[in-house]
Amino acid sequence: MNLSAVRTRRDTLGTSALRPDGGPKVQGSFAFSSDVWADNMLWGATLRSPHPYARIVSIDISEAIKIAGVETVVIAEDVPGQLTYGLIDSDQPVFASEVVRYMGEPVAAVAADHPETCRRALAAIRVEYEVYEPHINPEDSISGAVPAIHPNGNLLRYQRIVCGDQNATGPIVVEGEYEIGMQDQAFLGLEAALAIPDRDGAGLEMIVATQWLHEDRKQIALCLGLPEDKIRLTLGGVGGAFGAREDISLQVHASLLALRTGRPIKMQYSREESFFGHVHRHPAKIWVRHHASADGMIIKIEARMVFDGGAYASTSAAVLINGVTHIQGPYRCANAIVDGFAARTNNPPCGAMRGFGVVQACFAHESQMDKLALACGLSPVEIRLRNAIRTGDRLITGQPVESVAPVERCIRETDAIPLPPDMTPSPHELSLPGGSGRTADRRHIVRGVGWGVSIKNLMYSETFDDFATARCRLQDGVVTLKFATSEVGQGFVTLAPQIARSVLGVDTVIVEPMDTTIGSAGSTSASRQTWMSGGAVDGACRLVRERLFEHVAKEHNIDPLRLEIDDTDIIDTFGTLRIAVANASAGMVFEETFEHHHRPTEDLDENGQGNCHVAFAFVAHRAVVDVDTELGLVKVVQIATAQDVGRALNPLSVLGQIEGGIAQGLGLAVMEEVLMVNGIVKNPSFTDYLLPTALDAPEVVAVLIEEPDPQAPLGAKGVGEPPCISVTPAIAAAIRAATGRAITRVPVRPSDICL
Amino acid sequence: MSIHLPQTLNEALHMLQVVPHAQILAGGTDFMVEVNFNKHGVHDVIALRHVDELKKWSHDTVAGVVTIGAAVPYADMEHGELAQLFPALAEAARTVGSPQIRAAGTLGGNLGTCSPAGDALPVLFALNAVINVASTHATRSIPVADFMRGPKRNDLAQDELIVSVTIKTVAGWQGYAKVGTRNAMVISVASASLVLDHVNNSSRIALGSVGPTIIRCIQAEQWLQGVYDFTSHQALDDSIATEFGQRVSQESRPIDDHRSTALYRRHAVGVLAKRLLQRGSAQ
Ligand SMILES: Cc1cc2nc3c(=O)[nH]c(=O)nc-3n(C[C@H](O)[C@H](O)[C@H](O)COP(=O)(O)OP(=O)(O)OC[C@H]3O[C@@H](n4cnc5c(N)ncnc54)[C@H](O)[C@@H]3O)c2cc1C
Repeated sequence: MNLSAVRTRRDTLGTSALRPDGGPKVQGSFAFSSDVWADNMLWGATLRSPHPYARIVSIDISEAIKIAGVETVVIAEDVPGQLTYGLIDSDQPVFASEVVRYMGEPVAAVAADHPETCRRALAAIRVEYEVYEPHINPEDSISGAVPAIHPNGNLLRYQRIVCGDQNATGPIVVEGEYEIGMQDQAFLGLEAALAIPDRDGAGLEMIVATQWLHEDRKQIALCLGLPEDKIRLTLGGVGGAFGAREDISLQVHASLLALRTGRPIKMQYSREESFFGHVHRHPAKIWVRHHASADGMIIKIEARMVFDGGAYASTSAAVLINGVTHIQGPYRCANAIVDGFAARTNNPPCGAMRGFGVVQACFAHESQMDKLALACGLSPVEIRLRNAIRTGDRLITGQPVESVAPVERCIRETDAIPLPPDMTPSPHELSLPGGSGRTADRRHIVRGVGWGVSIKNLMYSETFDDFATARCRLQDGVVTLKFATSEVGQGFVTLAPQIARSVLGVDTVIVEPMDTTIGSAGSTSASRQTWMSGGAVDGACRLVRERLFEHVAKEHNIDPLRLEIDDTDIIDTFGTLRIAVANASAGMVFEETFEHHHRPTEDLDENGQGNCHVAFAFVAHRAVVDVDTELGLVKVVQIATAQDVGRALNPLSVLGQIEGGIAQGLGLAVMEEVLMVNGIVKNPSFTDYLLPTALDAPEVVAVLIEEPDPQAPLGAKGVGEPPCISVTPAIAAAIRAATGRAITRVPVRPSDICL
Repeated sequence: MSIHLPQTLNEALHMLQVVPHAQILAGGTDFMVEVNFNKHGVHDVIALRHVDELKKWSHDTVAGVVTIGAAVPYADMEHGELAQLFPALAEAARTVGSPQIRAAGTLGGNLGTCSPAGDALPVLFALNAVINVASTHATRSIPVADFMRGPKRNDLAQDELIVSVTIKTVAGWQGYAKVGTRNAMVISVASASLVLDHVNNSSRIALGSVGPTIIRCIQAEQWLQGVYDFTSHQALDDSIATEFGQRVSQESRPIDDHRSTALYRRHAVGVLAKRLLQRGSAQ
């Protein structure tokens, strides 16, 4: 893609406008939420359980509170409001009081004059535990083999899908069992917040890195027992999120400490604490059986999917629904029987992460598609083309796919991308598997090619009305936008002004701070903000434009319907009038607020039937990998991809999402895993939780498929999640092709390849 | 807590004598990680940053001996003359962390930490390096194999400083290879350094991350000496390389941990030995 070709004089929609925060971020001058500071501020810190499962016999804070510089120590009984919180079920204690259910669960928090004083105070808190054997096997939680570890029981959700003829079968039957490890979002900007109590102690202000200001406010208010309007949240600089900032982490703790001490509280996690302070991607085990005709047409899918939700519910229920409703992949299938379980265990809680349940399903269905191809004597491309979903097809939930569904085109255009050149006789050592370790021996390197194609729902599902609000003000040719949309790095701060420029013909657009003084924007997740907040900004700008046109029309005594924006002017489409927007709005103020709601969705019934999703996006990935078959080391050489984006409102931004998503999917494929032994996390650091480096990142060749979606306010689909979903199975398939190994688990470990 | 910044080696040794429990800070790439994890408590620190004597290396061409100061960073070993003298050390240096880490991290620090995964250590073992340490009252020269006592344990007394490392130049071939589950910036899961000494017609191989210390595979070395003439310049039979790998693998003593399994490490280190021998004999 030639990006320079799409730069124009004005940064309107469709151009690769540059991020306003790009320069400061590269130069290190951007203020992340960990950089904020207040006079007279104290530091907050959290005491966490070292055990995955234990009864708290006693907590003695008397020594801690005596330490000079320690202002307060809080435990469960100090929580003034609701003792628990959670995004869907409020089942997670602000502080554990009787039982700790995972390693790292908060037990107490301190406020002190210095982080080092905090550390000493935490060390001085005496907690006596009666340690229990942790329950770490989700199957035991499902079967009831172990007693409930939480009053709400061990089954977080069960959902079945029954569709069509359950007795249907075909001449070709392939099955497999697949396993996905626990991935961490590993955003680089660690959790941080500054809580500033009101002078009267009746409320507070918080600057925090989060994905959803209003949801945080709601949960903080409940736990503090305060009305929501007593709490004001402002977005701090966010260094990535990927789902890990959807749940509360330090928000309630910091607020509580601020109200108790009457002083500003700064809290920030270290990398190690971050691994315990936020939810992870669900590990899953998925069994699938496909029945197909001899020519490879899928007849029926049977599946059993088990997601390990860890100790608390978080968004497990919604993740599970995404899993079961996406197990068919982007392929037609008339008959299905699927059982999905989200189980509670004493493992770390799992919740939202980019791809949200679909990543797990996709690894299973794509592994199956390759098995099916083999059984039918078809190529991986052909089997996928034959079964590809089209607009209008019904999913196994009975929901028709009303979104534009260019699955076939995604596959064909990916296939048309040239393969990388063969390995040269003397390749550079850094380009080989093993990289800088110089382990490679060319004779043992085999190249493999693999495919992955996926379907991903956009926005929230199951009757959720996750609307977005935006306000637009036009004054003297300058637009000011206001919304509470969390900018976590996805680029809404770039896009929103592009929208205003296109709709209103202005050049200068000011984006006000994101905070709770305006209505909710919903979460920056589910690939939804371009669609939802983009729709809200577009709506607000259009309302302002109507008012502007009415004003101009009245002045010139013409019908406002004749007016149109042309570049930075208003023109009369039936006459000669041409007036600059800046002049037309001189001395005037037009202000409008707009809420964008997506169309309503339905709950699933007990057979998993219902129009539960709003819309869908599709993508294809082809991976080329070199494998050192003797050492089991992998180098991903190239990822080719064609993604259904609806409309590329900012091609550079889209490419950023594609390249980043591919790196994250590659991480899950070959290295990223939170390792646990009996509920104990073994690698809570970047020394041992390995993220891809520049040397691991492949060449990415991307094609954007632009078929504007009529349902989408700007024709654009969400592009955040799809890039990371089918790239993982594509890499696994390429390793399979190179080695002949079954590869039923990701991340693929060297020993899975060579032992 | 105080920070001392000696300007000379003598000053550093003196401070080490008079400041009780002082800790030495070189590049800080191990030290500061431990500080972050709070493993040290608060101690007095003697920082070597200004001690130029420790940042130099010298080559006695007559004796064929190279002395590398303890505070020489990896960046200085990656390229240039030192890299030509000890290609295996250069290869090991290039695998350490990232450019930033290699600019700060030192040989003395790798020896101070003395982790079985330290990348410079297998090379120092295979080259029979000698570690020169000093205190205000004495100096000692300790063969590296005696210097490393166990995982993260060395022979250093509280008042001793690592001053330098002495290595004899070897006519022949030498190399280093390291397996990690990422293509760069990764702690070794298994590593090996092989030195083929053409003058003495012998080999030395040392392994990292497959035992409590670096492991020299004396038996495999002796076996190889019996079946292969390094000076003959004849192509090495693949079966010899394979058996060498197997024998090396048998001498390893790996464990299971979160980075890998004993089974894989044992296998991988054998493959590395085989490949290094094939590389070395092809020269
Ligand atoms: C991101 C990262 C990546 C890394 N990657 C690698 C890698 O790939 N391979 C690898 O081997 N290591 C790696 N390391 C570890 C580290 O860089 C090396 O061990 C390095 O050699 C340490 O040297 P230093 O000068 O930084 O030592 P310091 O951290 O300053 O000191 C380490 C220890 O040695 C002691 N010490 C230092 N100098 C002396 C001396 N002259 N006399 C006595 N004691 C002394 C110190 O007191 C301390 O106990 C990595 C570290 C980081 C942070």
